[in-house]
Amino acid sequence: MDMKIDDNQLAAQAAKGDAAAFQLLLERHYDSVYRIAFRFSGQREDAEDLAQDVCTSLAQKIRSFRGDSKFSTWLYRVVMNAARDAHRKRATAVKAAKAYGEVSELERGEQVAADKDAAWLYEALEEVGTDLKETAVLVLAEGFNHAEAADVLDIKESTVSWRMHELRKHLKQMALA
Amino acid sequence: MTDELKKMEKMFEAQKPGKPSDAARKAAFSAAMHAFEKENQTSTQGNPAEPRLTNKGNEKSRVVAQLFNWRRLMKTLEPKFAYAAAGGVSLAVLAAAMINVNLTLPYDHSDGALVREHTLPTSEAEPTLEEGLVSSAPSKPDLGGQLSADKSTAAPSNAPMVFMDADRSGAGNQSALLKVQPPAPGKRLGNGRTAFMRQESPAQLSGGIVQNRALTSGQEQIPAGVRSQGRDQFSEIERNPQKLVSDDPVSTFSVDVDTTSYAFTRAALNRGELPQKDAVRVEEMVNYFDYDYTAPTDASQPFSTHMSIMPTPWNEGTKLLRIGIKGFELPPTEAPNANLVFLIDTSGSMEAPNKLPLLRNSFKLLLSSLKPDDTVSIVVYAGSAGTVLEPTQVADNNKIMAALDQLDAGGSTAGAEGIRQAYQLAESQMVEGGVNRVILATDGDFNVGLANPEELKGFVERKRKTGVSLSVLGFGQGNYNDELMQTLAQNGNGNAAYIDTLSEARKVLVEEAGSTLFTIAKDVKLQMEFNPALVDEYRLIGYETRILNREDFNNDKIDAGDIGAGHTVTALYELTPVGSPAKLVDELRYGTETLDTAAGSVNEYGFLKIRYKLPESQTSELISVPVTMSLEVDDLAEAPNDAQFATSVAAFGQLLAGGRYTGNYSYDDVIALAQSAKGTDEFGYRSEFINLVRLAKSAAAMAPQQ
Repeated sequence: MDMKIDDNQLAAQAAKGDAAAFQLLLERHYDSVYRIAFRFSGQREDAEDLAQDVCTSLAQKIRSFRGDSKFSTWLYRVVMNAARDAHRKRATAVKAAKAYGEVSELERGEQVAADKDAAWLYEALEEVGTDLKETAVLVLAEGFNHAEAADVLDIKESTVSWRMHELRKHLKQMALA
Repeated sequence: MTDELKKMEKMFEAQKPGKPSDAARKAAFSAAMHAFEKENQTSTQGNPAEPRLTNKGNEKSRVVAQLFNWRRLMKTLEPKFAYAAAGGVSLAVLAAAMINVNLTLPYDHSDGALVREHTLPTSEAEPTLEEGLVSSAPSKPDLGGQLSADKSTAAPSNAPMVFMDADRSGAGNQSALLKVQPPAPGKRLGNGRTAFMRQESPAQLSGGIVQNRALTSGQEQIPAGVRSQGRDQFSEIERNPQKLVSDDPVSTFSVDVDTTSYAFTRAALNRGELPQKDAVRVEEMVNYFDYDYTAPTDASQPFSTHMSIMPTPWNEGTKLLRIGIKGFELPPTEAPNANLVFLIDTSGSMEAPNKLPLLRNSFKLLLSSLKPDDTVSIVVYAGSAGTVLEPTQVADNNKIMAALDQLDAGGSTAGAEGIRQAYQLAESQMVEGGVNRVILATDGDFNVGLANPEELKGFVERKRKTGVSLSVLGFGQGNYNDELMQTLAQNGNGNAAYIDTLSEARKVLVEEAGSTLFTIAKDVKLQMEFNPALVDEYRLIGYETRILNREDFNNDKIDAGDIGAGHTVTALYELTPVGSPAKLVDELRYGTETLDTAAGSVNEYGFLKIRYKLPESQTSELISVPVTMSLEVDDLAEAPNDAQFATSVAAFGQLLAGGRYTGNYSYDDVIALAQSAKGTDEFGYRSEFINLVRLAKSAAAMAPQQ
């Protein structure tokens, strides 16, 4: 048996209704979907939720995958969009949840204590806006080069570079403030 | 790379995403595979395996919705699928098996508990890989091309599934986060979340029923039945307990004219699911129906009271006291002018056919019931909020229709700006002594942008004082934030209604336009004092979210519900007469002091007081009526039809909510009672109710016995 069917092939099969192929794709990519999802919030529960949303949505979206880019690139794009949606939707909930945060801080104990940096990080990411946030997640957290990030975000490479420049400017200002 | 970016990169590095929990992974896979199955069933058969439903129109629109809004829809579909799996599993599995007939790798059929009860049509589709793939594979991602499963390492596929009680763990938790008036926020929030963290229960993952399962091998099944869940948020309801008259002779509550709970329950049952217990507010179900109480004849006394006492069908030893109130009916010619601002959520999530399109048609219906010189404006919020229709007289029908037709779903929500603009418009057109109202239509995805629900509540409350009230119309399902809607409507002196079909829109907006729009009395409170000489115990059925303190009754500062023109409100008490064997609370061994015998105590069960304010007044008026024995009938069949029907609805609501006090009373009993009390049923609402009870009966039969 073929030891390594490539993703694009599997995706094509899945698009035709092949459940095994679809499941295999999930197997291969769930962890990275989760990881990127995590980058957006820094919260495991949120990331798990988001990852599930993405997986579920793939059932339908897989048909729209044309195979003209790498499957993973396309998938990251799906994750980005889902994160954007979720972020929008949760805006209120998150704020309400801040009160809860104080309660659970005790329970989360050490993790929270160690996460002051993380708090700064996610605040900063929040502040710079969705575009810069997404770019930062791909380039800084996931180590994509500008060309790869541009691919995922479906923008020009130069835009990625410009965004990184903007990001730097923002962070500098924040440090001064 | 520059310093700042380097710093951020370092922080990212320091952040360990860790491993997603197995439970989450399982839930995700199972949800995805279900979605996939559903997806391919729909497209290959063109006729998705839907549970049998009666509400065809609604159903059709939901099927279409699949094409539009996968995301929200998955949330809605998952529980439904569970039903399909239980009822029509052979079909569903057969379809899947045909699609997969040449596979060597069957997919995870995590519906273990449900599927197992039926014979799978092909042994190939036997879900042997559940464990092997779902939990161990990810640790070896390169299982890659290995298309045949390693059965030797696979755990038994039919590991018992534990159904979490979706009501508590999922919804309770979520609603806790958005709880607007939490009695003890810390405690409640803490509990919900902590419980989750300790158990690592996947119930935390919001979403369909699939996610509300934990795989806890070796434990028995804890059934939740096929209960509706999704992201719909309801606050937890603690049902009213039995009270001793000697301890607590006075019961006080605010009227409630909302009907949301009934519509929501209906939507769930039409999908073949039992509603979440916390979605069931018995009084809202009872008050959904029109009762033929005689209206008062002049506006100086804005309502009439109608009481009766009858045997309790579910408990031989107790009696039911029905209190009915009917608001003064305004002749159409005297209706004050209306200044309505539609605040419409046109965010992307409103795209589904049961949302924006239904809303559009609903508002057109409402227009038809307005007077030509009433004004209507439209504000939308999505992307950027904006006024799409400046205040326009209803006479200029075409202009309004055109504006409605041009509404388009898309973009994100910018609710804060929208709600401000809506109030601004309403204030600019203020009709003295008329109806000034913002009507918010949303699917509950109300990211208003005002920093939080608390702030929003405050805003609405302040605006109420300027004379603009707020009504909330809920659309769609799967993301409905019931509590937020309720809170908003209550604080905005308006009402909340849930609209799932056009006929519901007609009921709420046209037939009840009078009661929805023209408030005839505000802050209406009821206080019932029971006579200990005749009544031992009592229990108010429903109104849990409307209970007031005894001292609040006379305090005019305490807000309560409003009653519109022609509105009826019904409340039921279950009474345990003195000496009845049905008594739940034991006598005290050392007794209490002898009770004073007040006048009338021999033939009065109690004394009802109603406090209300006329719309323009700040001080309340009082109506009081004794509840005399002459109101009593010995046989339920002799009670007024309306009282009997209300009783059947109350019984149904209590059954759905867990049936703590209803003994052996069954859905069949409810059907029989409702059937006999149906009356003329001009619009068919009561027949629809009977159908719902039938649906509940089959959905309950589907659920594992509790």
